[in-house]
Order: sequence, then structure tokens, then C-alpha cells
Amino acid sequence: MSIPEQQTAGGPEPILRVKGLVKHFPITKGLLRRQIGAVQAVDGLTFDVLAGETLGVVGESGCGKSTMGRLITRLLEPTGGTVEFQGKDITHLGVAGMRPMRRDVQMIFQDPYSSLNPRHTVGTIVGAPFRLQGIKPEGGVKKEVQRLLGLVGLNPEHYNRYPHEFSGGQRQRIGIARALALNPKLVVADEPVSALDVSIQAQVVNLLDDLQTELGLTYVIIAHDLSVIRHVSDRIAVMYLGKLVELTDRSSLYTRPMHPYTKALLSAVPVPDPGRRTKRERILLKGDVPSPISPPSGCRFHTRCWKATEVCSSQEPPLVALEPGHQVACHHPESVPEPAPATA
Amino acid sequence: MTAPLHDTGAAETAAVDVTAGAPARAIEGRSPWRIAWIRLKRDKLALAGGVVVLLLILVAVFAPLIVDLLGHPPNEFHEEEIDPLFSVPKGSWGGINSDFLLGVEPRNGRDVFSRIVYGARVSLLVAFLAAVVAVVLGTLFGIVAGFFGGWVDTVVSRLMDLLLAFPQLLFIIALVSVVPDSLWGLTGSGVRMGVLIVVIGFFGWPYIGRIVRGQTLSLREREYVEAARSLGAGRGYILLRELLPNLVAPITVYTTLMIPTNVLTEAALSFLGTGVKPPTASWGDMLSRAVDHYEADPLYMIIPGLAIFVTVLAFNLFGDGVRDALDPKGSR
Ligand SMILES: Nc1ncnc2c1ncn2[C@@H]1O[C@H](COP(=O)(O)OP(=O)(O)O)[C@@H](O)[C@H]1O
Ligand code: SF4
Ligand SMILES: [Mg+2]
Repeated sequence: MSIPEQQTAGGPEPILRVKGLVKHFPITKGLLRRQIGAVQAVDGLTFDVLAGETLGVVGESGCGKSTMGRLITRLLEPTGGTVEFQGKDITHLGVAGMRPMRRDVQMIFQDPYSSLNPRHTVGTIVGAPFRLQGIKPEGGVKKEVQRLLGLVGLNPEHYNRYPHEFSGGQRQRIGIARALALNPKLVVADEPVSALDVSIQAQVVNLLDDLQTELGLTYVIIAHDLSVIRHVSDRIAVMYLGKLVELTDRSSLYTRPMHPYTKALLSAVPVPDPGRRTKRERILLKGDVPSPISPPSGCRFHTRCWKATEVCSSQEPPLVALEPGHQVACHHPESVPEPAPATA
Repeated sequence: MTAPLHDTGAAETAAVDVTAGAPARAIEGRSPWRIAWIRLKRDKLALAGGVVVLLLILVAVFAPLIVDLLGHPPNEFHEEEIDPLFSVPKGSWGGINSDFLLGVEPRNGRDVFSRIVYGARVSLLVAFLAAVVAVVLGTLFGIVAGFFGGWVDTVVSRLMDLLLAFPQLLFIIALVSVVPDSLWGLTGSGVRMGVLIVVIGFFGWPYIGRIVRGQTLSLREREYVEAARSLGAGRGYILLRELLPNLVAPITVYTTLMIPTNVLTEAALSFLGTGVKPPTASWGDMLSRAVDHYEADPLYMIIPGLAIFVTVLAFNLFGDGVRDALDPKGSR
């Protein structure tokens, strides 16, 4: 199944196209594993990732960001929708079918303590991509691994050390070196710094930023708040309970957030934006994120939204472009431009 | 290794290298096994256990040589050492003298030292090989159940529950009484030992299986497994290269701790007459013979009892030490 390229020359090509992506984890019971429900972790995501950009994905914990990341890297198989990488449909490829794609799509994991096998040396860990893909780098694996270690700011001589001999930040660098070993095109980073000391976070984010320029990478960076990704993202997608609620470029998200949830997230960013004239008020959301097993009807945010009306609990707001390049899913969006083009 | 700490920007990446802790020369990594060894070396009790275990193994392996040097053939009668009136050894300490280091058996005067040495052979051979059977089965079933989950896990888990609830001692006694005299190309005591090994191992695997299943269940959720998959690794690679190296430590620990249990089971079965066939020497058999003479010749009961006790204690001390060394709290 091949889908013809739809993007024409002009803007940057999408490297990844996601349409109606769904992942429901079945909940089973008893010996016969009868299905009694499903965790609707990801429930209909549609977005593109453009070549060379950094797409930030933000949302509270449990809203399905990691699941989304594992779906587009095909560590999980989608329940519905399609994932297309460089024009090739990879939605249901098996282990063997995905293997060649693995060189181009890589992942950086959240927990640097769990993402490195404690029984392997750094050399084995960073060299694994070559072994698994059957690639013999010029000058040998060891030389290439040492080059990668240098690239991420580690001492190449630490080749024979074990993960436990490194700090959290250094471990994350090892994970980055592994992800970059095969010279990928797209790198999905799932909360790459949230397990690290605040003092280390900036270093690792800056490293990712530098590597992007150096190697021409495309990033999808996942974070649970805006503080980490706001400097590095070109566009930002806001997720709530398995859905995209807003997707736009960074500057319009910061200056003109349209979704109430985005406003709430923005108000929680600790450092106020010095460019803003009016002081942002801290919006405290009431209650917790509802369970993705039985999400609220209509707009999933209506149980916590201060603008919710009748229609919000009965009809799901579609994700539509209220401005060019600014998609929002809300019945009562904020800061809409005067001639509201809400005729979708 | 000096980092330009005042040079902002470059310093951020350069400075982190210094924090690795180890001295600049020691670039060779300290593997988890080496660290465990260093810890084990500090545990004196475990070391003592380990030394005794090593000695026992040497005794078992070189039994013929040792008996040649220091004793008499284990099945040779020495009626001249027996008081014909009471059929207990002559002399006060169970017949201990420079010729018979641990005295002689009541009634027919076999050399106790030789029988203890050969008994170590039976005891350790059965205990080790039964542990091997248990480890192979337990690891295989445990890893499959934990890794694949779903109905496979349900079936294996129920099977393990079933076996753990089984009255294994009774079953073995019943089984041994119906085993033919020759089987699998073995005869006599060989058959009995083969049966003991297989049966003790078979009832032992669920203990290992449960540990391995639980560990696998938690290990398969580690992100390094996902990392391997994201590089194109298949199931075989993940099982053998990512999971198994992390299972070796718990398997080692529980094997070491299973051996003394097997020693006790073998002794109990031999005591009940369902162990190895006489005249093959075994500690359990010696104990059961000693029961008839314990008032006149208590030493004959104490010596095999002590052999079992020391063996079990040594393995347990060593096993506990290995566990503490490999599995300290807070290690990942
Ligand atoms: N393998 C799984 N099986 C069942 N439920 C899962 C699984 N993975 C994630 N979930 C559920 O899906 C929801 C979204 O999880 P996740 O994608 O990890 O969110 P986030 O990364 O945004 O914190 C959570 O409710 C989580 O419990
Ligand atoms: S649709 Fe209604 S409930 Fe949902 S975010 Fe908009 S205003 Fe709030
Ligand atoms: Mg997550």
C-alpha cells in the first residue's frame, strides 16, 4: 500500500504523517481474558512532522504522550489510523518489515536508569545499533562508538565502563549517542530530561539542539510542561486525554493560545515571558485528569474547563485551523481573530 | 582533566566528564560481577561457607583417592573391629583409632570415614544435578511465562502452583518403589540416583520458575528492552542478550540456596530407604542404620548427622552471601 505524495514543493516536506491515530489498550478479566473495557490512551491524532523541524508535544502525565511516541516509532501497533514515514505506510509493519526503517527513526527514552542495560558496557550499548542492523562502520565499531561518545560530550575512553559508573545526565548522553548511531532522520525524545536534575536539564536540551543543527535531525520532543520545550520547539502540539487540543507554531502558542487548556499550561510556566505586556494570571485547574478508561463525553476537557457550556459536554469539538497553521479543538476558543473563520 | 569552569557554554559539556568519580587511570569499567566479588570477599561468613563448599566438592570428586590414602574400601567388612557380644565397635569412641579415622559401623565394621567420603559423592551429585534440572526447567518456563504473558503465563503459573502444592515426598517414595532395576541404561544405585535427580529437580523447578517469571515480568518493562526493539531487535535477541544477563544473578542465588534443600531431601529419602540402594554409601542411610545403635554407639549417629549439618550450613551461608553480594538494595 503506497500513498502518493500529497505535499507539493514550497514548504518543507512532512517526514512523518499521522492520520486518525488510535491506541486502545484492552482491559481483560479472568482466565479467558474477556475484554471488559479499554484504556483509550491515544484517540484520534492527526498531525504532520516537517523535515528539519522540532515538534514539541506537551500534556499532563497520563494523557498519552508516551503512547503516541511509541506508536510513531512503531514500538506499539496502532489500533486505528495510519502512520506514514517518508511516504511509506508503516502502520502495521512487523519486526522484520520495520527493521530497515529503524535506522531512520530513533527514540530517546525518559528514564536514563532504565534505558541502559546495567549488564552491558557503554561500548556494547552504543555499539548495539551496528550489530542489530548488520552495519560495519568505517574503522570498526569501537572507533565509531568512541566518535559518538565524543559527539555527545563524553570521554571516548569510557568505552569499557558500565552504566552505573555514570551520572543521570551522562547516562542520558549515552542514550542519545545510541539513538544517533545509525544517523537517523527522525528522533523521538520522550521526556528526555524530566528524570534529570534541573541543573543538568539545560545542558542536555542544549546538546539536543546543537546536534540537530549539526546533523540535520527532525525532532519530536515530548514534555509534561512547557518549560523544557519552549525554547527548542518550532511547533508545539498540546495533548489532553489522548486528543490533540491545539497545534501551532511556538510564537502563536505563546502569544495567542486559543485553547483554555493551553492557557492553563502556559500560566504554569514558572518564568513569565518578559515580552508580554499584561501579566499572566496563574490558572489552577481544578481536579485531576479524568480516567482514559471512560473519558468525559463531548470535549474531554469540559470537566475542568472554566468556559464549559452545554454544547461542550455533548459535542466533541473538531480540531480545525482557526488561523493558517493554528489548529484548535474548542467550542469557545480564546483570542480568536476578529473575522472568525470557524466555518469548518 | 581540568574543565574550563568559567567558560560558560563550553563548560557545560566539558564539566560533566569529570564527575565520573573513578581515578583518571582506571578506565576499565567495574562490571556488576566484579563489584559483587569485591563485596563477597568482605563477607567473612560467606567466604567460610564457600571454602567448606569447595572442600566438600573436592572430597566428593577425589573420594577414591582420599579413601585409598586414609581409609579402607567403603564396602569392606571388618568384623575384627566389632565386639562379638554386643555387635558394636570395640573401644570407647565408636572404634576410632589411627586406622579407622571415624570409627567403624556397628555389626559389620565398615569404615565410617570411607562411607562419609563416598556419601558426600552421592549427596552432592544428587543435589547438584537435581538443581541443574530445576534451573533449566525453571528458567525456561519462568522466562517464557514472564516474557510472553497472557494465557501462556496463566498456564505456567497454575502449573507451578499445582506442583508446589503437591506432596512431593510421598510421591517420590511411591515412585521409587515402582521403578524397575534398570532404566535409561543404568542399573542398581545408578537408577535410583537418576530417578532422585529427575524427581527432585522436577519438583524444584517451580521455585526457580517463580523467581525467574517475576524478574522477567519486571525486566521486560525496562526501557532498554524498548531501546533494543527500536533498533530492530527480535524476541530472541531480547531474551538472550538483554534479559538473560540480568537473570543470571538471581538464578545463581537461588541455585546456591536450592542445593542444601536438595541435600536434605536426598538424606531424608535415603533415611526412609527410598534413596540410593545399599551397599552404596549415603549419609541418610547411615543415619537410619544408626537409629538401632544410638545408645551403645551414639557417635555413629552424630557423624553423618554432622556431615549433613555442615554441608547444609555451608551452602546456606555461601548462598546468602552470594545473594547479598549480587542483589544489594538500591542497585539497579
Ligand atoms: N501497555 C499499556 N497497557 C495498558 N495501559 C497503558 C499502557 N501504556 C500506557 N497505558 C495507559 O495509557 C495512558 C497514557 O499513558 P502514557 O502514554 O504513558 O501517558 P504519558 O506519557 O502522557 O504520561 C495511561 O492511562 C496509561 O496508564
Ligand atoms: S470545548 Fe468547551 S469545555 Fe472544551 S475546552 Fe473549549 S470551552 Fe472548554
Ligand atoms: Mg510518558
